[in-house]
Amino acid sequence: MKVQNKIREQFPILNQKINGYDLVYFDNGATSQKPLSVIESISDYYKTSNSNIHRGVHTLSRKATELFENARKTIAKHFNVINDQQVIFTAGTTDSINLVVQGLAKNYLQAGDEILLATYEHHSNILPWQLWAEANGGKLKVIPLLEDQTIDYASIPALISSKTKLIAITQVSNTLGLITDLEKIKTIAQKNNIPILVDGAQSAPHMPIDLQKLNVDFFVCSAHKMYGPTGIGLLYLSEKWLKDLAISKPGGGTIKTVSFEKTEYAEGALRFEPGTPNISGAIGFAAAIDFINSVGIQTIFAHEHELVQYAQKKMSEMPEVIIYGKSDHKAGVISFNIKGQHPFDVGTLLDKYGIAVRTGHHCTQPLMNCLNVQGTVRISFAIYNTKEEIDIFIEKLVKVIKMLS
Amino acid sequence: MTINEIEKEIVEEFEIFGDDWEGKYEHLIDLGKSLPLIKEEFKTEDRIIKGCQSRVWLNSELKEGNVVYTADADAIITKGMVALMVRVLSNHKAEEIVKADLKFVDTIGLKEHLSPTRANGLVSMINMMKTDALKFIS
Ligand SMILES: Cc1ncc(COP(=O)(O)O)c(C=O)c1O
Repeated sequence: MKVQNKIREQFPILNQKINGYDLVYFDNGATSQKPLSVIESISDYYKTSNSNIHRGVHTLSRKATELFENARKTIAKHFNVINDQQVIFTAGTTDSINLVVQGLAKNYLQAGDEILLATYEHHSNILPWQLWAEANGGKLKVIPLLEDQTIDYASIPALISSKTKLIAITQVSNTLGLITDLEKIKTIAQKNNIPILVDGAQSAPHMPIDLQKLNVDFFVCSAHKMYGPTGIGLLYLSEKWLKDLAISKPGGGTIKTVSFEKTEYAEGALRFEPGTPNISGAIGFAAAIDFINSVGIQTIFAHEHELVQYAQKKMSEMPEVIIYGKSDHKAGVISFNIKGQHPFDVGTLLDKYGIAVRTGHHCTQPLMNCLNVQGTVRISFAIYNTKEEIDIFIEKLVKVIKMLS
Repeated sequence: MTINEIEKEIVEEFEIFGDDWEGKYEHLIDLGKSLPLIKEEFKTEDRIIKGCQSRVWLNSELKEGNVVYTADADAIITKGMVALMVRVLSNHKAEEIVKADLKFVDTIGLKEHLSPTRANGLVSMINMMKTDALKFIS
């Protein structure tokens, strides 16, 4: 509890009342709150070091460049990437996926090619592929879920053909919290020589990720879901794709030499970082990684896992509650509905009690169709959440059910 | 009654709850439950207000010079709000409907339902009610 208080002190936003009740923030899957160290890293940068990077000869520019490149190193180290050039700063998960799709569309994907996705993908890992497919005669193939909403791994071999050019899959479902068994996916992919993109938006905040060990082609995530600022994220490229991924977003900073006839592009990360990057965002992202490591990602995982089990047990005792993707192998998320009630009503009343949850389709409409629901209520945890907050949530949920019925 | 008079009546109806938000919401939920708002045959795809978490259906007709609205929603709180809107705006001249500022929502402390998120379809529904009214004017 003491440790918990120490952590909560670093998140001043948590200490407030909503409609007269203590705020309980259970919408971490959408975005987490930011610790003081992250907030201060950004304001310190603007107070002491702001300047444009990479091209300046003056002291401030060197300072800013160093901070930015150190941020890259911090992130590379966290994910155990040896060559930090494989760490590319983007605007976030969605931006990273788009950069990959557009790059692959230039020199890798052909008409008739197929992309394999899971049913529980976030729209951000569906729409860029779909747009490519529609414009280029490509095809999306979908790995179905089993009754318990886990991936039907056994169905994958039959979905693969000589046309399958990539598997794009989320590591943790943002709606259900279920963890994809990437080893199983990798085994099948490697047998067929198919590259893999992992959407780590919901895994990076909750569990240790070693990209060397994971050994996939692309890995993407967003800083704002892992205690960092909005508008910055990671695109990790394997050594091969750092060389082979085509540039789809050129601009200042990405080049070696330019003439109207021919441009020679830079090598490494800069190739994919056109224009003035989100410098303060990168610095805030690194500060967020430092925060995570100060607590320990294993500790975070264990704590959130305990919260999920605790909440899920209590909720399972309520006959009105339906939990989706009910499993112990989960990362920080529980999706549920109250029998006969609309998730919007449940979320609205919980908000009146100061409890922030998310309701609706969570940008996973295909999954909603598969579950045959309009939407769900989702609670999602971070390191600063407590069992006491879950007790409050359960107590209020009982009241909400009574009010609605 | 004029639009203003109905608004006043609703404000008085909600005043008795004072700071008791639970009472207020229970009343809203009751309003939502008590009214069958729209004929099933009108709950068609083209009458649905899209892009919102709770689905809202609206039908507008001109009857004896007045605009008559019927509507429905699948979330009960939204339905309560929809019931209030229909009660205030239905059966009035299109010109008056277009001018209505619906300040009562703020006065009774339910303004959050008119925030410009797409969580509920209420803002879109009011826009649609006014747009339909405008069509009847021209
Ligand atoms: C699994 C998953 N993928 C992608 C995204 C998109 O992330 P962002 O909005 O930060 O680009 C999210 C965010 O909700 C997500 O949960």
